[in-house]
Amino acid sequence: MSRAIRHASTTVVRAAAQSTLDPSETKKFQLLANKWWDVQGEFAPLHSMNDLRVPFIRCVLVDNLLNVHSSRQLGRPLSGIRILDVGCGGGLLTEPLGRLGADVLGIDPVEDSIRTAELHGSFDPALMERVQYRACTLEELSEEEAEGFDAVVASEVVEHLADLDTFACCCHQVLKPGGSLFITTINKTNLSYALGIVAAERILRIVPAGTHDWEKFISPVDLERLLESSGLFVESVRGMLYNPVTGSWSWTESTAINYALHAVKQREEPPPDCAQSPAAEAHAGEPDPGAGGAPGVGAGHH
Amino acid sequence: MFPRMHCLAKVTLALQGGGGRYIGLTCLNGVRTVTRGLSNSGVGERGESNKNELYDIIISGGGMVGTAMACSLGMDPNLEGKKILLLEAGNKKVMDKVPESYSTRVSSISPGSATLLSGIGAWDHIVNMRCKPYQRMQVWDACSDALITFDKENLEDEMAYIVENDVIVTALTKQLETLPDHVKVQYRTRAVKYVWPMSYQAAGSIPWVQVELSNGETLQTKLLIGADGPNSMVRKEAGIPTVKWNYDQSAVVAVLHLSEPTENNVAWQRFLPTGPIAMLPLSDTMSSLVWSTSHQHAEELLEQDEESFVDAINSAFWSNDNHSELIETAGSLFRTALSFLMPSGTSVRQLPPSVAGIGPKSRVMFPLGMGHASEYIRHRVALVGDAAHRVHPLAGQGANLGFGDVACLTQVLSQAAFNGQDLGAIQHLLEYETERQRHNLPMMAAIDLMKRLYSTNSAPVVLLRTLGLQATNAVPPVKEQIMAYASK
Repeated sequence: MSRAIRHASTTVVRAAAQSTLDPSETKKFQLLANKWWDVQGEFAPLHSMNDLRVPFIRCVLVDNLLNVHSSRQLGRPLSGIRILDVGCGGGLLTEPLGRLGADVLGIDPVEDSIRTAELHGSFDPALMERVQYRACTLEELSEEEAEGFDAVVASEVVEHLADLDTFACCCHQVLKPGGSLFITTINKTNLSYALGIVAAERILRIVPAGTHDWEKFISPVDLERLLESSGLFVESVRGMLYNPVTGSWSWTESTAINYALHAVKQREEPPPDCAQSPAAEAHAGEPDPGAGGAPGVGAGHH
Repeated sequence: MFPRMHCLAKVTLALQGGGGRYIGLTCLNGVRTVTRGLSNSGVGERGESNKNELYDIIISGGGMVGTAMACSLGMDPNLEGKKILLLEAGNKKVMDKVPESYSTRVSSISPGSATLLSGIGAWDHIVNMRCKPYQRMQVWDACSDALITFDKENLEDEMAYIVENDVIVTALTKQLETLPDHVKVQYRTRAVKYVWPMSYQAAGSIPWVQVELSNGETLQTKLLIGADGPNSMVRKEAGIPTVKWNYDQSAVVAVLHLSEPTENNVAWQRFLPTGPIAMLPLSDTMSSLVWSTSHQHAEELLEQDEESFVDAINSAFWSNDNHSELIETAGSLFRTALSFLMPSGTSVRQLPPSVAGIGPKSRVMFPLGMGHASEYIRHRVALVGDAAHRVHPLAGQGANLGFGDVACLTQVLSQAAFNGQDLGAIQHLLEYETERQRHNLPMMAAIDLMKRLYSTNSAPVVLLRTLGLQATNAVPPVKEQIMAYASK
């Protein structure tokens, strides 16, 4: 019941906020929404990545929760599961997870992205029941939402973060014991440098130069070590391959370029030391497209 | 519906009126309802009415293909919980018991279509009502002795089934009745106007397809499936171009009474210079006639008294008036050569049963044409069945192509739902279009070519087709390929 109250009250606040938008602002978000939601546009690789990342998340969560809830509705297999989508951008991944029945909260520090996502979702009442958005950082949220989520999703986000330790700590904090963390990102290899930076940014110019900083890329091994020190234990890592000709993604053995990772918060363990340095504020989220940013797909643009 | 929505709107107003948060907390009896009301009001603020119901899928047209589509989607586990609506302009088709007289509109149902129908639970109803399997098909030429026979090797497997269209629709309707939670059906309701969404979001526009009904209601849907037949309104309103032509032919259909009971497990088709005539088994003593011929001849046939009509049918199947000596000789030489090369390859020509009479008032004619929509899909729109493609009945493939569409579109939408995608999104609809056009186009081209090849009695063409038919008949792998393709 308490969750229901929270749900209702945030919706009221949001509806009020929306109605204070002046029309020119709404127009701006429509333009942004067209950018985010154009399946053949700038964010095409993120749209098509849903064909991999949604079933990946779905399968893990359904398997994990099969023993908890005996009878699940196949059409809404994730009902009753609460997911946090960190760096949700225009809601490209948030909406599909909501359609699968999950209660999803999408957060992004870029206010414009959040408004865009809200506008896009507002036309579908069924989706509005389950999907909410908030313009905030993961740190801000982690203080009020301790152990509030069954799963945290950070897709194409960590390669933009300044402080991964804080990020891992916050993820641990908001997850329920036994909850799942899903990450997709780019590996730190010569190949990812060649394809993600040299080819995509400098030669083919698919994404603006400076979209990605190779120094911030992280290898699965380093990421695994980092997560484990925060009490998140990696269950699986899978390589992903983008085909720029067909515009589609497929699973691959190699994690040399893009990869997806699933980690689990241990059920019973002492809380790890989670000292947050004030300087290390993570800028979770995909970059603001309005400000000339680009999707965090990196190698997806080679 | 309307009173409830009205009350929701009131709640919304109250919430926005003053101290929304506190009222929100005190209205706990219906938190779900309150949030739904609010989101609707969000839409309303942008100038749309909030009484328009939003569906996930609306199917326009409840014929064989549309009703099968509704059943198939309603039974798919991944689509559970989706709001699906079937609109049908006519009355609900119910049969307390199968009428004694056969209907003239029948379909040849391939094993592939039978698999689809049994997958959605309608096949048992069909078998319980009435259908006639056949094991063999003989196709021969009026201008020569060339013939081709198709049969399943051991004559035990069914090659296809002849089923009355009414029986198929009734069986599907019966099955649909078991899915009231999954599919809503509105009979005697027609769409009078469609408003298409823009593929991008514009100020004040609704991203869904809007459907205005004959009863004044307006609905919205994320995906509209046009199953509204060869003159599809969905196709026309969406502006999808169609390649079509009329064959200058009409089909005369009738229920035939055979002169004596037989096993009646062969479908007969003979190519006359005026068009193909087919006799399809309905029971031991009855068959269905599909006679494609010129408009004028069709009208004459329709006006003849029963006796001369029956004579005309028998002579169409039996007469050798169109034979020419040259082709006869060439054909038999070729046949002899073939039987020398491939002793097992030639078939014995069988004779069709003779007709004694026709069912009362069963003679009907309708014009024939062919049409193919250059696109099967648009943003939030898909066409299935005759709305997408209309073929000549000579190969008995019309219904089968439609059921193939149903199976393919269901599979594609099921996968989309599994991945949490927007069902109206173009990417997976494109998959449907590609797969179906890849199957339907060669089939349509083959049917059209056959039609043209056999519409003449000019000697070179007749010779060519005589040799071609015999050669095809003699090479089992080729025949098997044709049969496998046609039975999908």
